[in-house]
Amino acid sequence: MMRRAPVGYGLLAALALLAAPLAHAIAPTRMPTPELQARYERLIHNFRCMQCQDESLANSPVSLAADMRRQIRQMLLAGDSDAQIRHFFVSRYGYFILFKPPFVLKTAWLWLAPGVLLVTGAVSAAWVIRRRAALVTNDDNDEGEALDEGLERPGKQR
Amino acid sequence: MIRYFIPLALFAVVVVIFAFGIHQAPRKDLVPSPLIGKPAPSFALPSLADANTQVTSASLRGHWYLFNVWGTWCVSCHIEEPELRAIARTGVVPLIGLDWKDSREEALAYLHAKGNPYQAIAFDPGGLAAIQWGVYGAPETFIVNPQGIIVYKYIGPITPHAWVHEFLPRLPAGRAVAGS
Repeated sequence: MMRRAPVGYGLLAALALLAAPLAHAIAPTRMPTPELQARYERLIHNFRCMQCQDESLANSPVSLAADMRRQIRQMLLAGDSDAQIRHFFVSRYGYFILFKPPFVLKTAWLWLAPGVLLVTGAVSAAWVIRRRAALVTNDDNDEGEALDEGLERPGKQR
Repeated sequence: MIRYFIPLALFAVVVVIFAFGIHQAPRKDLVPSPLIGKPAPSFALPSLADANTQVTSASLRGHWYLFNVWGTWCVSCHIEEPELRAIARTGVVPLIGLDWKDSREEALAYLHAKGNPYQAIAFDPGGLAAIQWGVYGAPETFIVNPQGIIVYKYIGPITPHAWVHEFLPRLPAGRAVAGS
């Protein structure tokens, strides 16, 4: 009995850990129409919680995120467009509040760098592979012979 | 032989870029405000001291002021509070408070116990006025000029060093003090 107890406690602790996200779940907000509900859900997933920073407004339990969700809800009910709501937050908190930064001059490198790196990598890989292939074919004649001169191989002794 | 040093050289270049990047990286908790150089949000909020009177942005036009966001729940604000009273004593610039997401009773008791450095305090229990200012933590302090333009934002508790080196040089009265 005594030996089994820790396993039981461990299981209990594991179950408690599994339940932890539920304790932080955000009380769902009901919008009057399914369209508004869908826009609301999309918007709160696209904005960063400025306090926890790596969480969206949708997942953040802090009260500032709740206030921001309330602000979004109010603007949606007032008939503001998604672009107007985005502009409202960006003009006050900067592009940092968007999880997906827009393509502007300041962020161009952010969007272009992966492509540039991919092309650079592909070109250098192709270059290296071609050179290696050329080396292998050369091995059969000149470079291979050069090796033969210095090395005695059992097969060549005839 | 030299071709074996090319990867090493590239590695060194990457290390230098990363070292520079880490060193220059802005602190993640200090997000620069896009409101600097822009008009301060207009507001008309109930006064903390008296719910029947209002603190309005219109009434603050024509004067330099510091707009300080605080709350009794905010530990860093307690650290900042002696410096705010020191600033108030200099008379260089009036302090306007925004009591953010607070209870009126607790805030009034806090000010009664510690002393009130503010000329006026707007009360924002719901937090939507703070969002207008792009506030994401407390304390945050804005310098607003007589035209109602935000000229500076300071994040975190104002230290005596920050007051002398960040605030005073940006205030005309402070520049006069420093020059004399």
